[in-house]
Amino acid sequence: MIIGVEHYLTVAAILFAIGVFGIIVNRKNVIVILMSVELMLLAVNLNLVAFSGHLGDLVGQIFTMLILTVAAAEAAIGLAILVAYYRNRRSISVDDINSLKG
Amino acid sequence: MTVALFFYMFAAFLLISALLVVSVRNPVHAALFLILAFFNGSGLFLLAGAEFLSMLLLIVYVGAVMVLFLFVVMMLDIDTSELRASMATYLPTGLAVSLVLVAELIMVFSAWISAPDALKLRAAPMPAGVSNTEALGRVLYTNYVYYFEMAGLILLVAMIGAIVLSLHHRKDVRRQKPAEQSARRRKEASKLVDVKPGEGLSS
Amino acid sequence: MNTVFLTIVFLPLLGALIAGLAGTAVFRYAGSAPPAVEHADDGEGHHHAHDGPRWPMLLTTGLLIVIAVLSWYAFFDVAAGHTYRVVVAEWLRSGRLVAPWALRIDMLSAVMLVVVTTVSAVVHVYSLGYMSHDPHQPRFFAYLSFFTFAMLMLVTSDNLLQMFFGWEGVGLASYLLIGFWYTRPAANAAAIKAFVVNRVGDFGFALGIFATFAVFGSIEFTAIFEAAPAMAGKTFPFLGGEHDILTTICLLLFMGAMGKSAQFLLHTWLPDAMEGPTPVSALIHAATMVTAGVFLVARFSPFYELAPAAQNVVILIGAITAFFAATVGLVQRDIKRVIAYSTCSQLGYMFVAMGVGAYGVGMFHLFTHAFFKALLFLGAGSVIHAMSDEQDMFRMGGLFPYLKKTWFFMLVGTLALTGFPFTAGYFSKDAIIEAAFAAHSQPGMFAFWMLVIAALFTSFYSWRLMFLTFHGKSRVSRETLARVHDSPPVMILPLYVLAAGALFAGVLFAGKFIGASEAVFWGKAIYRGPHNEILHLMHETPAWAKYAATVMMAAGFATAWLFYIASPAIPEKLAEIFRPLYLFLYNKWYFDELYERIFVRPAFWLGRLLWKGGDGKVIDGFGPNGVAARVLDVTAWASRLQTGYLNHYAFAMLLGLAALVTYLMMMGG
Repeated sequence: MIIGVEHYLTVAAILFAIGVFGIIVNRKNVIVILMSVELMLLAVNLNLVAFSGHLGDLVGQIFTMLILTVAAAEAAIGLAILVAYYRNRRSISVDDINSLKG
Repeated sequence: MTVALFFYMFAAFLLISALLVVSVRNPVHAALFLILAFFNGSGLFLLAGAEFLSMLLLIVYVGAVMVLFLFVVMMLDIDTSELRASMATYLPTGLAVSLVLVAELIMVFSAWISAPDALKLRAAPMPAGVSNTEALGRVLYTNYVYYFEMAGLILLVAMIGAIVLSLHHRKDVRRQKPAEQSARRRKEASKLVDVKPGEGLSS
Repeated sequence: MNTVFLTIVFLPLLGALIAGLAGTAVFRYAGSAPPAVEHADDGEGHHHAHDGPRWPMLLTTGLLIVIAVLSWYAFFDVAAGHTYRVVVAEWLRSGRLVAPWALRIDMLSAVMLVVVTTVSAVVHVYSLGYMSHDPHQPRFFAYLSFFTFAMLMLVTSDNLLQMFFGWEGVGLASYLLIGFWYTRPAANAAAIKAFVVNRVGDFGFALGIFATFAVFGSIEFTAIFEAAPAMAGKTFPFLGGEHDILTTICLLLFMGAMGKSAQFLLHTWLPDAMEGPTPVSALIHAATMVTAGVFLVARFSPFYELAPAAQNVVILIGAITAFFAATVGLVQRDIKRVIAYSTCSQLGYMFVAMGVGAYGVGMFHLFTHAFFKALLFLGAGSVIHAMSDEQDMFRMGGLFPYLKKTWFFMLVGTLALTGFPFTAGYFSKDAIIEAAFAAHSQPGMFAFWMLVIAALFTSFYSWRLMFLTFHGKSRVSRETLARVHDSPPVMILPLYVLAAGALFAGVLFAGKFIGASEAVFWGKAIYRGPHNEILHLMHETPAWAKYAATVMMAAGFATAWLFYIASPAIPEKLAEIFRPLYLFLYNKWYFDELYERIFVRPAFWLGRLLWKGGDGKVIDGFGPNGVAARVLDVTAWASRLQTGYLNHYAFAMLLGLAALVTYLMMMGG
């Protein structure tokens, strides 16, 4: 049984859907939302890597690296915001985060 | 055969741990399952032939980002039961959306063919006889050096941003001020007072 | 000769443009003196002249004098038997509709040319004095010249469209000039009234043009007049009945003529038009524009001759107008209104002449009337000028010693108007009465009696005007009387021209216009049907009918003398005894009130309905305001989408992602 690119893609699709599911069901918990975003990014990376291997093109891996970088930055900033927010509000419930409304 | 076995193992653990990440009540557990998910993801990377990225994922993500997650989760005193309470409310929506999405994506992936000249469009073909890491290095530091620099800048900005956001001066705690302390001179700190006999000190 | 006609027609336009564009500009620049000085009176009744440059006024006046002379030259040339057709340009060509811009010069237009340019020139000269203290003189003269141009376009028109152009042009000029003193609300109201009432007539006129084109496929006079006999007696179906084509066209055109010539039912604008400056009343609302309707009927004699029913309508309307306006004129107090109603009445006379087929007679009365009515108006203007804008005759009286020259002109005008033997009116007006009698038809006899009675009234109110203004006991306050003076020479000299016309136009031209050789004189300009023997029949009028008008004139004079000189108490007593009748007449048969009820108020009501309901509620409600309100609703609703909750945004993003993938699946697959 040869593992083709479709297998990777299917796994990535399911992983991505799980990330979506996590965001929707954990609407109150910012930390889990952030984790779900990490899962979705992982799914995307998996896609890129799978295609990179399939086509023998290194650019996919290069972009995966860039995505990892950005994802790390995003996680750091997101968590920093969370910490700052928690420090001010003593809560990370998303229901309290509505100061974006103009 | 071995490859298939490992693939299914990694894939199964990846998906299961991912599901657990989004469904467990305790964020600490969720973070731990996320680490597991990344482990398995890195295994899949390995199977796909991206050894360097696989290691990168382990070191950078599991080693740094996930630990950061854990720190934050543990540092913040979060009432988890309340946060998870609303889960049941959104379960049907979440299931519907994600199932539709996964069904469609799989349908797309299961019926595709490569364009005939897709191989000609490759920007950086993998050279033969060179390790993955070296090949990546060659491409990254030549053709994609600007992207690389850009990524570094983004990380720098993220670092500064994270520090600015989370740096916190507590007013009720006295802290050392090394610069001021070492810049202090004798004149500023003390003075000579000529005390007359029988008068004492009256500041 | 072509150049002469082009010069006659276009010089006034040139003058109007120069005076209107350049003249007003320099005048305003130069005349920026404080307005208090402009209107100041030096205590001796002399108005200070406005000290702007006078060249715009002198220029237009000069041009008008030139073309007046040229017109007389052209008149005698045409009278010698020539006709001309001067093509200026091809105006428009649209499918079958071809309208060349040509000047049609035959006897009819030549007579009108002379009338228009002569009176216009006189009025221009007169206005130099009359308007000298007005700060907007160049505008006034530009309007006057523009009016002259439009009127010349009307009378020289070669097709109906061109005539309509002139028709509307004079309407516009009339509107502008009635409302010349635009700071007076009454003047504005009168201007609007004149314009609106004329629209009613013009509506008929326009329909007549459409009908002509529909029937004949052309609007050129030559073509349609040649084709007219073939159409005689033909009918068209409309609303379940058969109608005579030519009668319908004639009635529609006559509707336009009624509006422009202020005939019964559409007459209400003319007395109000006296709000305009008096020279305007003389030029437009007495001598020229209001006679355009008469000219129209004369021009369309080939049609009217073939439509006896329409002719009868013309006779009836003319007779009723002559009688009605004369009765109203009996009791008016305003000197200009008396003359205005007199004009209205005299126009009725002309239409009666047209109706009975005596086109030459009607045109002759038009010709003479222009002179003596303009004379009367300008004389009245001099009186008003002298009296510092007082128009009520009951506040005048005994002015004869102060205004001898004006009195003379007014006397000449009155004599001519009432038909004193051997003055102009004697020839033309009495000829109309004879023609009405000679028609030997029921409408003709009706018209005859109406005109005879109207002649009595005419004589009465004309002499009443004279007596009230110039004779009897003065009712003028002392300080006003001290300032009363005859007009300056610039206002007196032109009146001599008109006085000469009023006195001698009848004697000189009666032979040509209505004499034995009149058929030769008019040539092809006037068409007379084979059965039209009116001019021969006129000579067989019995003596009593012939002298009826003269007798009436004398009777009117005697009554007026009795009422206003011998025993001034009589009219007051009569007014008391017949108070309802007096009020009925004084209020002009309550026509204004009637129209107010029938037309104006419903129109206002309808307008208000459409404004508030149609425009405000429906169009604005569903249009701009409605859209704006819906936009507000939608945005209010949409802004609720913006909750500020992070998870809502995330949720929306993911839903959108799912939807996008679904869309690509369905459409891209």
